[in-house]
Amino acid sequence: MSNPRVISTVVNGVQYERPVEPRLLLSDFLRQTLGLTGTHVGCEHGVCGACTVLIDGHSARACLFFAVQADGSRIETVEGLGDVDNLSPLQEAFREHHALQCGFCTPGMLMTCVDLLRKYPLASDAEIRDGLSGNLCRCTGYDHIVRAVRAMAAKR
Amino acid sequence: MSGGAFLRPKHIGARVKRVEDPRLLTGQGQFTDDRIVPGALHVAFRRSDHAHARIAGIGTAAAASLPGVAAVYTAADLEVAPVRATSRMRNYHATAIHPLARDTVRYVGEPVVAVLAENRYIAEDALELVEIAYEPLAPVTDPEGAARGDAPLLHEEAGTNVLAQREFSQGDAEVEMAAAPVRVGGRFRFYRKTPLAIENRACLAEWDRGRRSLTLTTTTQVPGIIRDLLADLLDMPGHGIRVVAPDVGGGFGGKASLYPEEVLIAVLARKLGRAVRWTGDRLEDLTSTSQGFDEIVDAELGLDAEGRILALTAEVVGDVGAYSIYPWTAALEPVQVISFLPGPYRVPAYRGHVRAVATNKAPTGPYRGVGRPVSTFVMERLVDMAARRLGVDPAELRRRNLVREDEFPYRVASGIVWDSSAFGETLDSACTAIGYDTLREEQAKARIAGRLYGIGIATYAELTGIGSRISAAPGMPINTGTETASIRLDSTGAVTASFGVASHGQGLETTLAQVIADELGARLDGILIVQGDSAAVAHGTGTYASRSAVLAGGAATQASRLLKERIVRAASYLLEAAVEDIDAADGRVFVSGTDRSLSFREVAKAVYSEMGRLPPEVREELEVAKIYDPVFGTTSSATHIAVLEVDPKTYKVTIRRYVVAEDCGRVINPMIVDGQVHGGVAQGIGAALCEEVVYDDMGQLLTASLADYVIPAAGGVPSIETIHLDTESPSTLGGFRGMGEGGTIGAPAAIANALADALAPPGVEIFELPMTPERLFRAIETAKAKGA
Repeated sequence: MSNPRVISTVVNGVQYERPVEPRLLLSDFLRQTLGLTGTHVGCEHGVCGACTVLIDGHSARACLFFAVQADGSRIETVEGLGDVDNLSPLQEAFREHHALQCGFCTPGMLMTCVDLLRKYPLASDAEIRDGLSGNLCRCTGYDHIVRAVRAMAAKR
Repeated sequence: MSGGAFLRPKHIGARVKRVEDPRLLTGQGQFTDDRIVPGALHVAFRRSDHAHARIAGIGTAAAASLPGVAAVYTAADLEVAPVRATSRMRNYHATAIHPLARDTVRYVGEPVVAVLAENRYIAEDALELVEIAYEPLAPVTDPEGAARGDAPLLHEEAGTNVLAQREFSQGDAEVEMAAAPVRVGGRFRFYRKTPLAIENRACLAEWDRGRRSLTLTTTTQVPGIIRDLLADLLDMPGHGIRVVAPDVGGGFGGKASLYPEEVLIAVLARKLGRAVRWTGDRLEDLTSTSQGFDEIVDAELGLDAEGRILALTAEVVGDVGAYSIYPWTAALEPVQVISFLPGPYRVPAYRGHVRAVATNKAPTGPYRGVGRPVSTFVMERLVDMAARRLGVDPAELRRRNLVREDEFPYRVASGIVWDSSAFGETLDSACTAIGYDTLREEQAKARIAGRLYGIGIATYAELTGIGSRISAAPGMPINTGTETASIRLDSTGAVTASFGVASHGQGLETTLAQVIADELGARLDGILIVQGDSAAVAHGTGTYASRSAVLAGGAATQASRLLKERIVRAASYLLEAAVEDIDAADGRVFVSGTDRSLSFREVAKAVYSEMGRLPPEVREELEVAKIYDPVFGTTSSATHIAVLEVDPKTYKVTIRRYVVAEDCGRVINPMIVDGQVHGGVAQGIGAALCEEVVYDDMGQLLTASLADYVIPAAGGVPSIETIHLDTESPSTLGGFRGMGEGGTIGAPAAIANALADALAPPGVEIFELPMTPERLFRAIETAKAKGA
């Protein structure tokens, strides 16, 4: 490893200190250094949104972030939402509305939805679709995702 | 069959939540790149930046000396035979596919050099140090030019760029056409697309030195096909090679072919005796994953004065790219265009001729719908053009020509037989659901207000669940028409069912469990579905061509019934009751009309473990493997209706309504069917309005990022209304019909017809897709200039 820097981050409530190369992407740090492979990588140029995580409460593309930039940050990933035996309400809504098929875009889609549901009124489907428009899904045609988010927005 | 018919199915037809979801929703899925293998070498490929060139020399010394680099390979370092997609088709030329380009590169993105390093970052650093000297050759990018005798050849050994040719005819189409009172036609162009699964391609080869065996984990739809090919290529027994498709992040046909990267890392893992992996990035996906469609169709439709179809003719050129892809061949996509062009209509005279032409572009392969998005686009446009010429409503003209129920089975000129499907019913149901007559009134008002408001219909038929009598690709020497289900009740009473299919989003772990739960009487949560693994059954191919629900569902039905008979026989001894009085449900066998019952676990223990409980002669073998073959396959059909509006200032298209009425046979899980239809329609909308792979005249790819190759986002796909007609197929066990591709088949045509309808006032016809805002602008400006 050339020119390593030690970074300190809190990921899903757990504190990590790790040496990283300055060029290591946050997506690779999460997946390979920490073994949190729930965050997926779809394009590495910031378009598809599959790698979306929350950094200090804001959704961001982990493929456009260097791990060193996340030093001192609090990161939330899909692994922090719920367990197989105990899905979070949002995950449960995705299941109920069949908002996923292959499941590859799903972690990024979920993290975007977490951010949207925390911050925006999501009063109309148009607003929900606008909020989802930075995450590409090739399987579902989006309508079932919109329904899941609508159901969650109504429950808040 | 044992037991009474007194239990109605409770899982088939129900909106059962998916078994796959909890792991996928929590980040606990296991995709290829998620598998962490310490010490694996990472491969990075130096790919061709020329469309057509001779490789004059390759310098790898600098790359090899970079710290962290383990090895650098070129074609010269490998002793592996090329792969050829053979076919029994006449006038077909296979092409040699090498894992790394040998002597000549034929498309931008073709792998030339492989660098192996301790991680992907170092491997990619080293790529920059590889030096390749090219002698450029003339790039061949125009398929019609490439088909001419004087064009530079991509494959000298073929002696032509026309890799395949085929003709279907019935009656004398030219004579009938000449005599037809009404004739419509034109030159249609459906531009090239890419499947674009969100998960890029990746693979990992692990070599077990002790057992001398290989495990290839790969993002594939066809693990069985790859295992069989590798066994030949590496000269190894099948049990020494296991090909695993773990969770796969979408395929759409783009992961249904063998790729050079898979062969290369398998070869290198064996050669080096260690794990080797490759994870492609999006640029590699866009340049080297098999692309789709890309045809020019000159077609004409002749009708009588009452609007009855008399004749259809078509001359098709398919631009198939640089190689004939394994195993499907370059013929798959273009030949399917002429096979299916007559569609669900009575076409008494037909002649369709197609040429599959090689060009210096990425190879094409199967993409959702295969041929039929293009054939449906052309035929449905012709029907609408004829309707306008005749002054007949487009729905009515379809009614006059759709094959009627009393005409089934109906043989199409290409030899395809429509067994029986609800053609007319899908049209009527879609019209009713969308309120067709009212819509036409609304359209009249909108037109008066100067709005560009259109309604488009597309009706189509497709062959699904194809059996062994018809090859999925013309003349292909691989049997895609059978599927195995191997089901066992183990000594704990748990059910494990193994298949050759490979789910990549379809939810087969759920739907196949639904079938087994009903047929076997097992509990849904007591069934494990094993799929996506070449070791699961003796022969398997994978999941493609809308086959899995029909074939694996049929195999599951057969095997479950046989296993149930055995469970019931064992239970009849244990419960001291006649087999006729015993049935199974929810993981229990019981004597009807009594409270006497046993759980599957109790039966299994009695059979396997409790010595002396059953005499040897009545001890049953609770393991069954059955192969299902639907022989010909079955027909799926649908009608799509799109309502849209074109913004006259920005040329943005807004889809206001979208209805699909489809006959996919007996529905196993309506929620999953809806999802498949929605996703298929979204891809069809992309194909119609925004998606296009663009190469320039030099064969350089201009759409090499997701900012340039644009697929629909959430704002671009409307809410889609679906109607399932649920008419059981007469030809398949269980009555299932395939429905994985239909959405993508109907949508481009429905959108094209709606656009033509919207733009009828300025006098625009639609002959090409995608109709991007730029093309709409140009078409409208051209029409205006003509009008003025």
